[in-house]
Amino acid sequence: MTVVPGRSSPGGVTAPRGAPPPRGDVDDARRRRLLAYALLLPGALWLLVFFVAPTVTLVSTSLWDPSGSILYGYELTYHWLNYLDGVRDYGPQLWRSVGYAGTATLACVLLGYPLAYAIAFKAGGWKNVMLVLVIAPFFTSFLVRTLAWQMLLGDNGWAASVLRSLHLLGADGHLLATPFAVVTGLTYNFLPFMVLPLYASLEKMDPRLIEAGGDLYASPFTTFRKVTLPLSLPGLVAGTLLTFIPAAGDYINAELLGTPRTRMIGNEIQDLFSAGAYPEAAALSVTLMVVIVTLVAIYVRRTGTEDLV
Amino acid sequence: MRARRWLGERLVLAYGLGVLLYMVLPVLVVMLMSFNEPANRQSYTFDGFTWNNWLDICRPYQLCSSVVTSVEIALLATLVATTLGTLMAFAFVRHRFRGRGVATVAIFVPMASPEVVMGSSLLALFVAAGFGGVLGFWTILAAHVTFCLSFVVVTVKARLSGLDPYLEQAAMDLYANEWQTFWRVTFPMVFPGVLSAALLSFSLSFDDFIITNLNAGQTVTFPMFVWGAAQRGIPPQINVIGTIMFLVALILVGVGELGRRRGAR
Repeated sequence: MTVVPGRSSPGGVTAPRGAPPPRGDVDDARRRRLLAYALLLPGALWLLVFFVAPTVTLVSTSLWDPSGSILYGYELTYHWLNYLDGVRDYGPQLWRSVGYAGTATLACVLLGYPLAYAIAFKAGGWKNVMLVLVIAPFFTSFLVRTLAWQMLLGDNGWAASVLRSLHLLGADGHLLATPFAVVTGLTYNFLPFMVLPLYASLEKMDPRLIEAGGDLYASPFTTFRKVTLPLSLPGLVAGTLLTFIPAAGDYINAELLGTPRTRMIGNEIQDLFSAGAYPEAAALSVTLMVVIVTLVAIYVRRTGTEDLV
Repeated sequence: MRARRWLGERLVLAYGLGVLLYMVLPVLVVMLMSFNEPANRQSYTFDGFTWNNWLDICRPYQLCSSVVTSVEIALLATLVATTLGTLMAFAFVRHRFRGRGVATVAIFVPMASPEVVMGSSLLALFVAAGFGGVLGFWTILAAHVTFCLSFVVVTVKARLSGLDPYLEQAAMDLYANEWQTFWRVTFPMVFPGVLSAALLSFSLSFDDFIITNLNAGQTVTFPMFVWGAAQRGIPPQINVIGTIMFLVALILVGVGELGRRRGAR
């Protein structure tokens, strides 16, 4: 319920409940509705021009005849083959993107859930410091941090030499320029998006519920499975979406930490646009969106959290 | 049993601290590397200590101008997005209007689009509208306002819906008119939310690469400079800029926290 300021008449005397509104209130209500539209209008117009119109244009661009060019113009010929060509030429990159993003999302859950849990319940006075440390990496540029991973994972970097001395990595083995490096980078870059929503929903939870589980002879694992996990589900769903979606479209990690054999769909879309192959690039972009929306819809339905998103 | 639980609790905390280390490690590398004197252009190791990178930040061609461009775009994008988004957040929380439910969900859609899709649709629009040749500062700005807008609406909305509406009613009952109520009561209470939305917009805009890269034309922002440099060999000054950004943000958070504590007292 929202209490609307300005509803009470001057002097603080409110009209009796159920009485027909006096004339002034009707005008007031209309004025308020107009004000609502006036407040919405600038932002809505902006999104119409720079979000809705671009999306429509992207779809129409994807149906242009690819034999045109940026200099001589394209024709809208409903060339559906652009989609077939895109999937045929770049299918592996598309599925690789889904695979890498899925693996990174899983890794984010495995790393992020215990961290969020520790911050929410075990950190005590260090809670704020730990939260700042979660957000802190955001403050340094995404690209600069990814380049730092290039140094960390490089052949003569620290990680590789430690693993080599432990014989976990062969003398000619690499960390950089492998799928492992790309997934590590993706996991690292999107981990805060997993931790923060998880923390937010765990924080709201009453810790006495966990104690109650123990008092009722549930093992810590059962308590977690039956009490903590279901209560943190909204955060988990939000976190997986916020991690998976940007990771699936990312190409920075694949480019800086991978090889041509680890290219993701984002790399191809970017390169096709740079090369001026607009129709096929647009078709790939729409395909990526459709794949993501489909996966997200299935996921959200499976977890039974439609009303939470 | 008790010993096991004690151990379990310690393990969760230790694991969490380990993850935290993983998250902070690259930032430490950035700081360390800002003092590096690389032996060659493709060096991935710390070769020697020097102050030179800090004393001569602008030495790499275009580095400082790219930072200036990024700051200009981020300031303007923050200004526009925060204004438009705050107005929208007020409409969402304080008003009933037709289509409110749909609009509430729709505002999340830009946040949920992968950057490469959003960037390519904007590029498709600019090209179709005949702006393909004039991509640059203004097209980047338009793109940045667009992706910041939803974040502002969500942030300000969260703050606004947590406010006690009776305070405003009380102001009205004490004969303040709507205008006075807004500026003396509502706005000061919403301001922290607006401020964090603005900070979020600034950092999103300053840091964006994928959308910018598609719509930038010849304009070079800081992330684009880093991208270009990564292909040729990375000047250590990039790490200086990264460190400065980190410290400035940390100071802002610290000042904000102090202000919050003083306000709470």
